[in-house]
Amino acid sequence: MLEIKNLHASINGKEILKGIDLSVKAGEIHAIMGPNGSGKSTLSSVLVGNPAFTVTEGSVTFNGKDLLAMEPEDRSREGIFLSFQYPVEIPGVSMVNFMRAAVNEHRKYKGLEPVSATDFLKLMREKRAVVDLDNKLASRSVNEGFSGGEKKRNEIFQMAMLEPKLAILDETDSGLDIDALRVVASGVNKLKTADNAIIVITHYQRLLDYIKPDIVHVLYKGRIVKTAGPELALELEEKGYDWIKNTIDN
Amino acid sequence: MKAEQQYIELFTQHEAQLCRHAAAVMNLPRAEALRDFERLGFPSLKSEDYKYTDVSQVFAPDYGVNINRLAVPVNPYDVFRCDVPNLSTSLYFVVNDSFYDKALPKAHLPEGVYAGGMRTFMEQYPEIAARYYGKSAVSSRDGLVALNTMLAQDGFVLYVPEGVTVERPIQLVNVFRSDVDLMANRRILVIMEPRSSAKLLVCDHSMDDVKFLATEVVEIFAGESAVFDYYDLEESSVSTTRFASIHVKQEADSNVLVNGITLNNGLTRNNYYIELCGERAETALCGMAILDREQQLDTYSHITHAVPSCTSNELFKYVLNDHAVGAFSGRILVKEGAEKTSAYQTNRNLCATREARMYSKPQLEIYADDVKCSHGMTTGQLDENALFYMQSRGIPREEARMLLSVAFTSDVIDHIRLDALKDRLHKLVEKRFRGELARCAGCRICK
Repeated sequence: MLEIKNLHASINGKEILKGIDLSVKAGEIHAIMGPNGSGKSTLSSVLVGNPAFTVTEGSVTFNGKDLLAMEPEDRSREGIFLSFQYPVEIPGVSMVNFMRAAVNEHRKYKGLEPVSATDFLKLMREKRAVVDLDNKLASRSVNEGFSGGEKKRNEIFQMAMLEPKLAILDETDSGLDIDALRVVASGVNKLKTADNAIIVITHYQRLLDYIKPDIVHVLYKGRIVKTAGPELALELEEKGYDWIKNTIDN
Repeated sequence: MKAEQQYIELFTQHEAQLCRHAAAVMNLPRAEALRDFERLGFPSLKSEDYKYTDVSQVFAPDYGVNINRLAVPVNPYDVFRCDVPNLSTSLYFVVNDSFYDKALPKAHLPEGVYAGGMRTFMEQYPEIAARYYGKSAVSSRDGLVALNTMLAQDGFVLYVPEGVTVERPIQLVNVFRSDVDLMANRRILVIMEPRSSAKLLVCDHSMDDVKFLATEVVEIFAGESAVFDYYDLEESSVSTTRFASIHVKQEADSNVLVNGITLNNGLTRNNYYIELCGERAETALCGMAILDREQQLDTYSHITHAVPSCTSNELFKYVLNDHAVGAFSGRILVKEGAEKTSAYQTNRNLCATREARMYSKPQLEIYADDVKCSHGMTTGQLDENALFYMQSRGIPREEARMLLSVAFTSDVIDHIRLDALKDRLHKLVEKRFRGELARCAGCRICK
């Protein structure tokens, strides 16, 4: 599904990603772990086309298409979704209008008619249940005045609405208490099928207790330095990142 | 005095005709207005309040003026379709600067209420007219008011007697219709007696591509506990220039909302003068503009808190594209003794291009101690993070820009206290941002 080859990327001339290779197949859950500043969020930003970052080398294909040549909106319509680490507040734009615009753009891309008002509200209601999102939040402006936990729930709600092929969860666990973490993780699990894939970016093992990865990667200084099964996450939790740092730096 | 000279000559040579086609109450102050105009002239660019609008240049060409009130061959009731569906109004027209009285609608007005032509009103109620006409818009202070007072012959009057509520909104459409360049001098007089209530929606339209120049003087008197809404929607044309001067005088416990929305125009200068003269009077003054190409809007507002315990809320928002120019100058004067004043002013602007320009100047002058006053001004671009967030959900950048721009102006529209008009304006604003509102959407002939 996703093939990343020798990806280099920089921001303001500073190179952050220094040759990433990663292959994600349908049905898989990948976890990307690593210490602060290793490039985890940069990788997710580059994949969704954040204009702040410049790709200097390498390639990314998504279902055979050149992802890096696409506008951010087209990447979304092709089926890539990022659950933002810091979801953006958009005062004055209601969740309903925002989601309707997004859903209809996705439909247009597939050659479908815009969704009817009743079907849309039904869809909203159905998907809200996935993460237990309050109806009051759904009728407010996008993320405006939402708590940290509500914002993260709202991200997974949007994922449920757009049904991506590849979802990237960027530190979705940060700022969540244990109950909210469970709700969010169970929402993600409900959305998981054999046809889609998930990349979970996190510092901690905690989230991986709920969303069980097939493959765990460690990102350090802009490179993937270790790849193994789920047991790697447990080992990291126990030994800390210094263990990896020492192995690599020496 | 070059630009002024042709207007002075026009008046002195045609005074007799001017007066013959106007009511006595309007003729009375003309001589004094002429003296004021000769003394004041047009405001110059050097004047602090007119830095961004070159008035003399606008008035220099020789426009036609319809002094002899020749009828314009148009029936606005046939060609104009209300742009606000679901809003049933009592609809009136002023064509250029003459009240159109040939096919008046059946009156839906409560007894004693007058809505209609200024000349007729002044002939029927000369005493009431004389008590109010020109009393708030004083020609000795402003050359443009002086010019309008000198030349205006007709306009629109809304008179609501004491204790009467007019449920149905009243709509006045100012239509510009001419085959040659034309100047029109319009007047609106609103008299709200104590405890009366009404809503007036004024729409400016230009039907032809010739150059139009309008001077408009609006006087609104709100008596004790009167409630009045004034909505001013400009959907004219790029070749229309408008100088409007809106004067509001409020007595105790009155509540007035003035909302000026510029959706399409050429060059517009709107002056708002609001005097809070009775305790506990409340005023909301708001406005928004969507400007592109070479369009210009210059807003000047002056709110005077003369007595204690009044509230004023001011909110103006501009969205500027292409080479558009916007200016906002907001003066709030809290006089000595006007304790317990609450005065809030906000001006927020979006410049969508590097070439667009916005000039904003808040001015608070406070001579009382126990007051709550604030002002805030920002000018910037759309939030890049929000744009990217929307794109990442599949919304194209242009569509995201549109949604954010609509959101930016929505609180000005939310101030509207007429639901049908509010809904309609939300839609019109969206259309305008999509570029589907090249000209006004209301009349058939504009298509």
